[in-house]
Amino acid sequence: MTRLPFIIETRTHRRPGFALIAPLVAIVVTVVAGLIIMTALGVPPLRALYFLYAAPLSSLYNFGEVLLKMTPLLLIAQALAIGFRAKVWNIGAEGQLILGAIGGSLLPIWFNDSQSTLMLPVMALIGMVFGMGWASIAAWLRTRFNANEILVTLMLNSIALQLLYYLVSGPLRDPAGFNFPQSALFPDAAMLPVLIEGTRVNASLFVGLAATVLAWFFVERSMMGYRLEVGGTAPSAARYAGFSEAQAVWLSLLIGGAAAGLVGVFEVAGPLGQLQRVVSPGYGFAAIIVAFLGGLNAVGILFAAFFMAIIFVGGDIAQTAAGVPYQVNTVLQGVLLVSYIAARLFVDYRVRRRVPPRAVEAHA
Amino acid sequence: MTVKFSALGAIDQGVGAPLLELAGVTKAFSGVVANDAVSLRVMPGEIHAILGENGAGKSTLMKLIYGVMAPDAGEIRWHGKPVEIASPAHARNLGVGMVFQHFSLLESLTVAENISLSTPHKARDLQRRIGEIGERFGLPVDPRALVHSLSVGQRQRAEIIRCLLQGPRLIIMDEPTSVLPPTGIPALFETIRKLAAQGCAILFISHKLEEIRVLCHKATVMRAGRVVATVDPTKETNETLAKLMIGRDIPRAPRTPPRPAEMAAMQLDSLSYRPDDPFGTALAGVDLSIHPGEIVGIAGVSGNGQRELAAVLSGETVLPSAERQRLAIDGRPCGNLGPGARRRLGLAFVPEERNGRGAVPEMSLTKNSLLTAHGDGMVSRGMIAFGRARAFAERCIAEMDVRCGGPSAPAHSLSGGNLQKFIVGREIRLKPRILVVSQPTWGVDVGAAAAIRRQLVELRDGGAAILVISDELEELFEIADRIQVLFRGQLSPSLSRQEASTSLVGSYMTGGFLGGATRREAVPA
Repeated sequence: MTRLPFIIETRTHRRPGFALIAPLVAIVVTVVAGLIIMTALGVPPLRALYFLYAAPLSSLYNFGEVLLKMTPLLLIAQALAIGFRAKVWNIGAEGQLILGAIGGSLLPIWFNDSQSTLMLPVMALIGMVFGMGWASIAAWLRTRFNANEILVTLMLNSIALQLLYYLVSGPLRDPAGFNFPQSALFPDAAMLPVLIEGTRVNASLFVGLAATVLAWFFVERSMMGYRLEVGGTAPSAARYAGFSEAQAVWLSLLIGGAAAGLVGVFEVAGPLGQLQRVVSPGYGFAAIIVAFLGGLNAVGILFAAFFMAIIFVGGDIAQTAAGVPYQVNTVLQGVLLVSYIAARLFVDYRVRRRVPPRAVEAHA
Repeated sequence: MTVKFSALGAIDQGVGAPLLELAGVTKAFSGVVANDAVSLRVMPGEIHAILGENGAGKSTLMKLIYGVMAPDAGEIRWHGKPVEIASPAHARNLGVGMVFQHFSLLESLTVAENISLSTPHKARDLQRRIGEIGERFGLPVDPRALVHSLSVGQRQRAEIIRCLLQGPRLIIMDEPTSVLPPTGIPALFETIRKLAAQGCAILFISHKLEEIRVLCHKATVMRAGRVVATVDPTKETNETLAKLMIGRDIPRAPRTPPRPAEMAAMQLDSLSYRPDDPFGTALAGVDLSIHPGEIVGIAGVSGNGQRELAAVLSGETVLPSAERQRLAIDGRPCGNLGPGARRRLGLAFVPEERNGRGAVPEMSLTKNSLLTAHGDGMVSRGMIAFGRARAFAERCIAEMDVRCGGPSAPAHSLSGGNLQKFIVGREIRLKPRILVVSQPTWGVDVGAAAAIRRQLVELRDGGAAILVISDELEELFEIADRIQVLFRGQLSPSLSRQEASTSLVGSYMTGGFLGGATRREAVPA
């Protein structure tokens, strides 16, 4: 029997403020990692720091970009966190987002010259229904056949992407678009109003903030949120109290699907203005990181989404200003998640050296 | 290290140097002093009882001695020298062993493999030594047997052997008799006496006063974190010990004759059920009826289907729709309803496991009130009325005398017995028409147990139908109006209070009812 030279044990007494340590450590590690990677790519350290973390906040336009990218992260992460607290692992927000974008694009494509004020709300509704529909495949397979929702939602992402490729190169392609794989441009009635002149921030920001408030009330104050949490922390206690597991699975996945679907609509009705082959720079995946970085807590997620949006925008700026490959962005997201998980180990557990038995025996 | 064989008779406690000494040991948890200047002396070869109510600080004291926690103040001396016990591994190396109340054996490994996990030796090499130790101390157990195939008594022996292989000079035993059938206890005591005769000291934690008087040389009585007395238990009576322990006389549950109603509140009709768990016990043809106004006791050695029966009654195990009529509430077939639906029909349930099932360990007592009491006006329009939940928790804490840091204290911060009081209190306060209680006073001290039993009787007198599943015969004799015994998933005929003698119930516990009595009827007492 081989033994590790150290012992890992649960911390029983946690001081207040302890919850902040892991995300802060993760952020510091990510900043340092960004610095190292950029320096390795030939960017002077200070300039690298500036591009990645200061430039996104340096001008109104850039700040607008941060808010623009924060909104989808915020919306999806709030919804995913509700499911994650119930230990329902929806990794398929990206696919649900794509389905939402497809669903939301139908009206503006089919009624391209409509000026109806109902257009946008109905688009949002259809997008949410599409997202929920996609998520409910996983919910049904899980509750009916006990199929693992992580695998199902993950695979549905790929299917959603292929479905999008097919639609934008075929049925939904703009007939007047020189065979480019994209839809017609949306009419004004289908576009989200821009909030601040000179930026691209749009009204979806309010929806994201409202979702944060809603999520907080749902998690902290509603009976349904309580049931989900019990199901996640103590499944036997949930069974004992008669809280249905199937209900928790369905609800978690539907909430995630609705939020991701709504974000899909906001993307096509916001910065994109049409349905394209690429509707998301990976918001569905990044939101998983945001949810954890925020400690699955509505307020924490708000800050986490803001930081993640800075990484997104900083990566963009570094790419255009210094020719750094866009993949730096993805690497930094990975660093953020891994360092957060690693830091959580040290926050939740105490790691200490195993006392070598012989040494003790000597003075016994 | 070898066990030092003391030539001293274990009774000569005044002579020689103490093995373990505690001087003014104090330990506090966020405001609550669990151990307040505790002093204790254990001589080699002494069987020393630690006696106290729940929350009296027994568990904390053991944790300090076993190196799980460090004291805030005071000194622990081992062989007269001050030591700081850094970890359980350190404690074991010093020669302190512990036999836990709940076993820590892996079911799918053999006895020898389990023991090899905690020693540097290979399982194969251990087999002979396990045999030797078993021989010497009267602990017969087959080293090659898989743990899941062992009885509770055999598992406990395996645990004790594992402990003995490390050559301890002091063994801490945490409520070792609570898991044994009455017939298994004398053998354990014989082993303990042999150990003591060879110079090994035993710290024996128990709340069963009778056992302490029969077995122990000395008893340290704790109350509210302090040592209130150190006595020779052989010279005391149960009453004097209990009085020392709780500081007043024990209130006895008043006995009034039951007035059971005609129609059964809950009924099982030749129910058979095979659990998915390969280590579970299948229930076979169980007939059971509980009437309003009576307490039915289910006796039996644990592991004979109690767990499965409780889950079937609570609805955590749902019967297939085709068999729904096998379980009826008020005559209505309910076998296919889940726990939530059954609760709405007036059922409440106290499960065997407190943490993780009866309560969510990480959540506050307020939130744990919501778990089953949420229907009690704590939710309006889908939102939680925290004020009401908190008030419920506060009432439950006050009325059940739950020692805790208030309604915001997380459930895992309570001692087992206090959490048990909270859970039982919560379920009783739901004013159920049918209450199923598994091990109502498990780990609860004499005083609190009496309070729980009194409340159960009051609930019965208010017209509730109550089923108590318990390992403790004494408890069932005290509160049950009639008793049935579970043996290998089969339920014995019902015995009224007058019929239920220790010997008859004892013979039922080993299957004595299976011979002639094939047909049985559940007759209300």
